[in-house]
Amino acid sequence: MSRSLTISPAVWQRARKVSARPGRGFTTRRVPFWFVLPALAVYGFVTLVPSARGGLYGFSDWNGFSEDFNLVGFENYVRIFTDPLALAALGNTFTFALITMILQNALGLVLALALNTVIKSSGVLQTIFFAPVVLTPLVCGYIWSYLLAPTGAVNTFLTSVGLDALRQNWLGDPQFALGAVSVAYLWQFTGFSMVIYLAGLKALPSEVIEAAIIDGAGPVRRFVSIVFPLINGAVVITLVLTLINGMGQFDQVYAMTEGGPLRATETISTVVFKVGFQGGDLPYATALATVMAVVVASLATIQYRTAARKD
Amino acid sequence: MINRYTGRTFVLEVTLWIAAAAFVVPLFALVNLALKAPRNSTGALTIEGEYSLENFARAWVDGKLGPALVNSIVVLVASVLIVLLVASLASYMLARITAGWSRGLFYVFMLGLVIPLQLGVLPLFISMRDIGLNGSILAVILVGAGHSIPFAVFVITMFLRESPLDFEDAAALDGCGPIRIFWYIVVPLMRPALGTVAILAGISIWNSFFVPLLFLSGTGNETLPVRISGFVRTYTADWPAVFAALVISAAPILVAYFALQKYIIQGFAGGLKG
Repeated sequence: MSRSLTISPAVWQRARKVSARPGRGFTTRRVPFWFVLPALAVYGFVTLVPSARGGLYGFSDWNGFSEDFNLVGFENYVRIFTDPLALAALGNTFTFALITMILQNALGLVLALALNTVIKSSGVLQTIFFAPVVLTPLVCGYIWSYLLAPTGAVNTFLTSVGLDALRQNWLGDPQFALGAVSVAYLWQFTGFSMVIYLAGLKALPSEVIEAAIIDGAGPVRRFVSIVFPLINGAVVITLVLTLINGMGQFDQVYAMTEGGPLRATETISTVVFKVGFQGGDLPYATALATVMAVVVASLATIQYRTAARKD
Repeated sequence: MINRYTGRTFVLEVTLWIAAAAFVVPLFALVNLALKAPRNSTGALTIEGEYSLENFARAWVDGKLGPALVNSIVVLVASVLIVLLVASLASYMLARITAGWSRGLFYVFMLGLVIPLQLGVLPLFISMRDIGLNGSILAVILVGAGHSIPFAVFVITMFLRESPLDFEDAAALDGCGPIRIFWYIVVPLMRPALGTVAILAGISIWNSFFVPLLFLSGTGNETLPVRISGFVRTYTADWPAVFAALVISAAPILVAYFALQKYIIQGFAGGLKG
């Protein structure tokens, strides 16, 4: 579950304008409808049908092999709320997604504001901050499990600057593990938020900002009263986007902790993998995935509404 | 000019470079440790002691990375080509036919942007098992393509709705059929959108781990990330060898990034230029 393909605020907002246009032209009647079929077939086979089946299996007792199965109502869902593993996963998923959403966007926005000034090396710095985004998340996870190991670079660094007391077994201690995974995630994806905000800032009309400067507004005042209101649509969309991505987190957790220690980093994805794929409990795993799907779909609705509200 | 380069700007620039240095440390540690000779136990952060390519040789041979690299490339190329072909055909239809059913169909595709992968992946695994595709690279190609289709349809359809119809109208008047119009007029027209889709879908497919792990783990057809996770399991404490394997897997995407960074960053930011 590496980062899903994401549609940036700029595209969302333009889509709204475009889809409001009436149909036009006379070629419209000349495109054969079967052009859509190959895409529909692949997409249906890979996403639509399996997802519908997943939703159904969540209410069943099917073991994945037998000829028939019984519908058992909400039995699997009831189990989720009495199962310490699933509850830990739900809690961790939401905690992780919230923490990373806030920090990734705060840091990304700060970097974007800093790069959108007259500094000389803006381009090079953007390239550096964005580079981890394209890296394989699994690889990122392994790099950080080395850096955060008991004798790894982070602890070595702490000793060398005289902060021996702060040394921790970052990934082995349930108290720190989820935070440690978040650090790796933030290192990788802060550049993503930065680039989106930077595009938003670059699109702002410079006259408005210059007028504010002439009127004597300082940088903070300019940001609060002018810049932020103008980009807040993009901010909301990006917040939801990063929240959804954070909820799907699997690769880095798999590389760094595999859900441990003591379930401290177990997420919905790792549990779906363990229970459904390794443990063979298909109905339970799909019920858990359905809970996640409902949450993600609700968030996406908010995202779409916000995109539609602009201009 | 209101925005002048002042002393404060200089302080900001220096601060940013310190932040950038901190950002680069993990990548430096990755390459540095991979290049150190296995006997050299000076850690990943300092440049000292003996350097060699031994780790790379071990990772390449013991990790069987060669075949995995080939598999990854096959999956990447095949999935991206399938996505580009089927999504551009579908988008052309969805953008030009504006009847209600066509709009409805567009929303059916958009549903795919909202449904999390986790929901369908186990039933899909069972379907693939039933038709005998588990363990085959074809399964991963299909899934990689299928998961990118909603995004691709969205981007290309939006792009086409904004583009002019004059060329298509003229070609139709000249007696050109739909397939020829599509191939000779619409495809060149939507090249910027296809480029964005190819880059973003390509990165996502190259980096994907969960799906290939389910379908290929333990077979001879593993892609690079799956093979690496297997290699890490057997060489847990041997970080230099593991890091060499990670460098081999990260190198292609980083090289591509530095070569195409303008387009890649533009694609992520949604700055599609028509």
